[in-house]
Amino acid sequence: MAIEPGTIQETIHRFGPNRSYPSGARLDTTGEPDKLVKTHCCFCGQQCGIQLKVKDNAVVGFEPWEEFPFNKGMLCPKGIRRYLQGAHPDRLVTAYERDSAAPGGFRQLGYQAAIARVAGEIERIQTTHGRDAFALLSGASLTTEKTYLMGKFARMCLRTANIDYNGRLCMVSAGAGNKKSFGIDRSANPWSDIPLAEVIVIAGANVAECAPITTNYVWQAREQGAKVIVIDPRITPIARTCDLFLPVKPGRDAALFNGILHLMIEHDWLDHEFIEQHTVGFDKVAEHVKPWTPQRTAEVTGITERAIRQAAEMWGPAKTSFLLHARGIEHHSHGVQNVLGAINLVLASGRIGRAGCGYATITGQANGQGGREHGQKCDQLPGSRDIDNPEHRAHVAGVWGISPDELPGKGVDAYEIFRKIDRGEVRGLLSICFNPKVSLPDNNFIGRMLDKLDFYVAIDFFLNESARHADVVLPGSLQEEDEGLVTSAEGRVIKINKCIDPPGEARQDWRIIQDLARALGRERGFTFGGPREIFEELRRASAGGVADYAGITYDRVEREMGVFWPCPTEDHPGTPRLFEPGTWNPVANGSGPFYFADGKARFNVATYSPPAEDVDSEYPIMLTTGRVVSHFLSGTQTRRIGPLVDQYPEPRVELHPQLAAKLGIQDQDWTTVESRRGSCTVRAEVVKTIRPDTVFVPYHWSGLKSINQVTIAAQDPISKIPEYKICAVRVFKAAEAPEYARQLEPQQ
Amino acid sequence: MFASENREFFIDPGRCIGCQACVHACSECDTHRGHSMIHLEYIDRELTPQTVPVVCMHCDSPTCAEVCPADAIKRTADGVVQTARKPRCIACNNCVLACPFGVPKMKTEFELMMKCDMCYDRTSAGKKPMCATVCPSGALYFGTHEEVESLRKTATPVNQFHFGRQVINTKVHMMAPKARTPAYIDVAAALEEHPTGQDMFLNILTDF
Repeated sequence: MAIEPGTIQETIHRFGPNRSYPSGARLDTTGEPDKLVKTHCCFCGQQCGIQLKVKDNAVVGFEPWEEFPFNKGMLCPKGIRRYLQGAHPDRLVTAYERDSAAPGGFRQLGYQAAIARVAGEIERIQTTHGRDAFALLSGASLTTEKTYLMGKFARMCLRTANIDYNGRLCMVSAGAGNKKSFGIDRSANPWSDIPLAEVIVIAGANVAECAPITTNYVWQAREQGAKVIVIDPRITPIARTCDLFLPVKPGRDAALFNGILHLMIEHDWLDHEFIEQHTVGFDKVAEHVKPWTPQRTAEVTGITERAIRQAAEMWGPAKTSFLLHARGIEHHSHGVQNVLGAINLVLASGRIGRAGCGYATITGQANGQGGREHGQKCDQLPGSRDIDNPEHRAHVAGVWGISPDELPGKGVDAYEIFRKIDRGEVRGLLSICFNPKVSLPDNNFIGRMLDKLDFYVAIDFFLNESARHADVVLPGSLQEEDEGLVTSAEGRVIKINKCIDPPGEARQDWRIIQDLARALGRERGFTFGGPREIFEELRRASAGGVADYAGITYDRVEREMGVFWPCPTEDHPGTPRLFEPGTWNPVANGSGPFYFADGKARFNVATYSPPAEDVDSEYPIMLTTGRVVSHFLSGTQTRRIGPLVDQYPEPRVELHPQLAAKLGIQDQDWTTVESRRGSCTVRAEVVKTIRPDTVFVPYHWSGLKSINQVTIAAQDPISKIPEYKICAVRVFKAAEAPEYARQLEPQQ
Repeated sequence: MFASENREFFIDPGRCIGCQACVHACSECDTHRGHSMIHLEYIDRELTPQTVPVVCMHCDSPTCAEVCPADAIKRTADGVVQTARKPRCIACNNCVLACPFGVPKMKTEFELMMKCDMCYDRTSAGKKPMCATVCPSGALYFGTHEEVESLRKTATPVNQFHFGRQVINTKVHMMAPKARTPAYIDVAAALEEHPTGQDMFLNILTDF
């Protein structure tokens, strides 16, 4: 159902985003808190340990948790201010249903009535249009127990193939590349290996803003004499003091990695013994990189030949190294190729599976790792199992007490679900922990598709921009209102602890899902008493899989400050560092260390191809997008936290003074960034820290401030990740300030 | 471990990533909740993302106290220069104008000068100051000289500053590159000279 433009103001007025600041009990420093709960931050994949101060069933502040080994008390602005998301005026404390006559477009609905209505709509849509006509979109900020339950709910209760999650926008290129090369999708090393390395490569990772705690690990390496190489179109804060900066033209990473491998081969900076004993496919890759001479690499990547040679000289002969990458190389229509190119550099060096020899992707979301392992991905079952594999299906069906034939097959990715809505194949949608209206590319299309649905139910704690399109909104829980496990960027399984009860009629998300199963009359398998019970089943469901959690217990996680998976038995210490010589894994059956039957890692040809939409005379400038330090993803939480909004209130377009001069744009000018799909007008920030042929806009805002109106929905053919990091735009000075500047607060 | 009384404060601008964790954390402190005492500035955002965090340097002979007509600013025996004492402070702004590091803040709503007191409530209880606890880059660090020596191989602490003819020794240390450690930091000279540090090049193939 379409939203009337007039009611958007009313909706914002009623449901936010409004900003919260410390007040009341949160400014009172006289009393002691009722308790101090050791838990983790709700935002990024670093999952910093933090203690939350609780008073009268409200989180009123924080205290650093210096004993937690990953961050030792360190926090970024998001972690420090995260407590302000609780007791928020925008918080959903009842269910709502759409009513155009009601203020803000929604009227309150009793919780049980809402559950009954949702179950009725699911039943009606699935009976009329088939089971797959109802789709689910889930998220990787949920605990692992919830993500497991979402997958089980889709496959066993709704029996729809169509479930996917927002890790599709985040981790999938890295995951696919890791599986192709190593046979396992997890960072290969704990972060404690970073300071032991003598060369650090940071490719497409704005570490200082998106994973701030990793900064100290990199700086500690530098104190020991490590060289730091940063690959990025922008001089981000981590790049400012690096030893070598490679300002790659957006979308050309695979070419750069191939060019560096070419030089490693030319200078024989190779670990022949490792390549011989522990890998297959090197010759084919060597053949492929032959044409990637420094000259050709320079032409394609836009980086000087001299800098490319310097990079190879630093990386090639090193004794130890750590290569980190993130969305910068992954958010591409050839994101998997970029990842494979990066891994080839690691494999050729032989520097993996030892202290100080590491490789990792930096997970974006809170449970970006755990959330991609246990079955909410369209092609996956718990334990990182494959939904097309008959043995895997049989194992999971056995745990669930159903026949493998009852399990649906592979579904489609999150973006394809919207194309299915367009084709009328998907008629109903349930979303949780996902705000596609802000976070998916070409999002005007997403808005139209949400309106096209016969029925849309959103579970969330705030009415995010996608939920404004919903027919029913169910009030879910904040991270601090539930317990459960998450897996951090390192592969460390840690525990979120409950601080407070959900307010009003808000419920823990697993209760909502189970209530729906009961209302559908199919509650078998959905009668868990809590996350602990869900996890006990997950241990069995994951047992024997690659992501094996069988030996992990809540008690162990708390006692040991986290357990690294794989951990097959309770007496197994867990696996902080993968691929150590001689380590056993269930796939290699003794021939290890890599997760293939022969125990050997794979070199994969990393094919360079230009971005899906290259620049031309009409759209001559490259747009790249990303994050800022004070906001997180679609901003559902951080745009409601006043001090974080104040730090970076509204999106700005970064452009180089040369480009600005050519376009007649000055710092702070209202500037329009326009593609074939849409346009976005924001203020200019003229800085010399970006390539002159590229502009950057962060993506955390909604509506007319959303740069995802402009981005392209091209996807990687393997991972299906969207190409957020490059599309063609034109940029010009706006005739006047956009209307939103007068009507909306910065965060709205 | 090291005794807490031997711990000192070290600022390393070379590590700062401008995230403002310190600014947020400072305003969460129990003694001045809602007000941050940290200064975090971009040097020149058009040129570089470089930022510098500044806490009170806690001078041996604090200029702020010397110019205070009401004798409201005290340096305690441990070397910490405290926020102005409320009953004495006349909100004249002398300290704000005189401090060579630009640290004190005049809070007109309280008619009181406020400044960093190195988290007196925390440090006196054996904890680290809030900013130096949370700082994710280690740009703000609280520890012993021995710890700094073993952890920070590339920089040396300096705690003497020259502003023209004024010489100031401070309790807080600024980390200077080890390769070119000066005996003191000549702050006024830096106003005239071009920075001599490493330039960051955009290694792009051709001019745009």
